[in-house]
Amino acid sequence: MTESARDAFLAGVRAALPIIVGIVPFGLVAGAAAINAGLTLVDAVGLSVFVFAGASQLAAIDLFSQGAPLALVVVTVLVVNLRMMMYSASIAPDLLEEPRRWRALEAYLLVDQVYALSVTRFERQPETNKRWYYIGVVAPLWLTWQVCTVAGAVAGARVPAWLPLDFAVPLTFLALLVPAIEGRATGAAALVGGGVATLGVGLPLEAGLMIGALTGVLAGILAERTLGPDAAGADDDPGGGHA
Amino acid sequence: MSTGPPPGQQVWLVILVAGLGTYLIRASFLFLFEQIGGVPPRLERALRYVPAAVLAALVVPALLAADGSLTVVGNDRLLAGALAALVAWRTESIFATIVVGMVALVALGQVGAMV
Repeated sequence: MTESARDAFLAGVRAALPIIVGIVPFGLVAGAAAINAGLTLVDAVGLSVFVFAGASQLAAIDLFSQGAPLALVVVTVLVVNLRMMMYSASIAPDLLEEPRRWRALEAYLLVDQVYALSVTRFERQPETNKRWYYIGVVAPLWLTWQVCTVAGAVAGARVPAWLPLDFAVPLTFLALLVPAIEGRATGAAALVGGGVATLGVGLPLEAGLMIGALTGVLAGILAERTLGPDAAGADDDPGGGHA
Repeated sequence: MSTGPPPGQQVWLVILVAGLGTYLIRASFLFLFEQIGGVPPRLERALRYVPAAVLAALVVPALLAADGSLTVVGNDRLLAGALAALVAWRTESIFATIVVGMVALVALGQVGAMV
């Protein structure tokens, strides 16, 4: 039995609301940074609509302002966004039943927050109406991102210096990370993923993020082989039954 | 070496190519797995580690090396993040985690300014 589309959409919206705390300042900065770099309002909106991935947009804006070669800007955006290929693979089992045109839309909307919230929810409550929960999470994030890009481009991003609003984004990921650690195997994945990414902080093209994520997944697999799988969803799921 | 952004048409070329490439990255396995008739079970098991690994790779550098170099002693973001992690663990509330982490970071900054 799946829940109604309306209930699932509203559950997604409710789950997304606290995340907006981090999206607002980030979006304002994405808009303001584009103007400061000499781009136009339409350029800023174009980045937010067509790329729709904050960290890579800021990287592109920075390279534009330095007059970097166009190919380097494109490659940088793609490398920064490469982690989303892992999201695409990871969430695919939940969305493969979707008709292609819905999957095409869901692909466009696949950002860090909607990925992390949705896979967590789908694992814990497999009866979730997946399409509408996913759309419910991402719709307010998409709207906020576009509105804040315009606001930041028009009015600038004047955030009081004592208020470190940029910290809200890692805190959001932290709040999603903690429940994702369900035992020793996922713990090893997080420990190695976070550790390697930190060691790789200075690498070009933000490669540390991708290398950290990949080695983290490998560490999880190795830990599962030696220590056994985590007892995921201990109350309702016997764990790994279909493997 | 030129500085400043390229002409508008070139900016839009980059926006469209980067946007298309990003879309293809996002769409990749959502369509590829359909072609091969589903997700191979062994791969599906491996993919269970993606959330923990990627989220940690996003969070840990932001706490340990916010300014680009590893800092442990006197790192307010690390302390505030540790407190926020405790809140996340106890409450599983994203809102509470953000509020406690932000308040802690501001408070630590105030204390640091006084001493």
